[in-house]
Amino acid sequence: MPAFLRYLTPLLLFLALAGLLYRGLSLDPHRVPSPLIGKPAPAFSLPRLQHADATLSSDDLKGKVSLLNVWATWCVACRAEHPLLVQLARQGVVPIYGLNYKDTRPEAQRWLQRFGNPYLANAFDADGRVGIDWGVYGTPETFVIDKRGVIRFKQIGPLTRDVIDNTLLPLIRRLQEETA
Amino acid sequence: MRRAPVLIVLALVALPVFGAGLEAFQFGDKVPEQRFKSLIAELRCLVCQNQSLADSDADLAHDLRQEIYEMMAAGRSDQEIVDFLVQRYGDFVLYKPPVEPRTWAIWYGPFVLLLAGLLILVHTLRQRRRQPPPAFSAEERARLDALLGDGAHEDGKHT
Repeated sequence: MPAFLRYLTPLLLFLALAGLLYRGLSLDPHRVPSPLIGKPAPAFSLPRLQHADATLSSDDLKGKVSLLNVWATWCVACRAEHPLLVQLARQGVVPIYGLNYKDTRPEAQRWLQRFGNPYLANAFDADGRVGIDWGVYGTPETFVIDKRGVIRFKQIGPLTRDVIDNTLLPLIRRLQEETA
Repeated sequence: MRRAPVLIVLALVALPVFGAGLEAFQFGDKVPEQRFKSLIAELRCLVCQNQSLADSDADLAHDLRQEIYEMMAAGRSDQEIVDFLVQRYGDFVLYKPPVEPRTWAIWYGPFVLLLAGLLILVHTLRQRRRQPPPAFSAEERARLDALLGDGAHEDGKHT
């Protein structure tokens, strides 16, 4: 082994390791890629939040591009996200459905009265079973579902202005142009 | 006062006792109970990511333990239960990820490194053996003789 290589090897190994670790610093281990992306949305049929005798089911999501937002009144980040949802709903580009996750009806209804209701309809998932089927682990989560009822994108954690403008809206526009 | 550190250590050691308690699941038998325990110990909680479902006190972990308990009661196999979770949360829930090209590095990487280390070790040892021990220069030899005593040393005469 040439002498220069012998001295260079530890340096190169160090640089490779440092590069790996540096990359690791900017990865968020809480963003676990969902295996559901590209798969049909898990079927559900739940009572609605505001009309307990009516149901909201996965069939209601078909035939159009839609959002499903998983939220709860006990979820602090949902509170931060809420005004953005209200604003997005006002733009009227995409119907937003809600999955009210492990919550109580009175509290959830009070929340919508106080902070505004961006949802076309809310499914009331009291025991979180549908949440498990959708692989929910950190509220809020937002799914983008295409016209055929396939999940195309999942945001884990609160939506931000940046995510809405640069990821969500362009994706929704693209999906709306697809044929069902 | 000198006992304080000991007490603190004892308190820390006792912490797990107050941590995530298993809900009172009824199995009626040791075998399914053991199966349940080993199953939830192998699955990762997504909320507290460095804890297994068995350790975690997160709300979701409670729900998933309940779900697994019910699936066991319904007669599902371990594989079916694991598949159920992987379908929803991905391979991330497995503390033992499947062996596939994507995961070869984590499964085989340590053995590759071990082999590389062994090769380097053998190579170094061989090279060392091949090299003759360093010869003394005439000057060093003279000094050595002087130190060992006026050339009377038998070995000294030969060289």
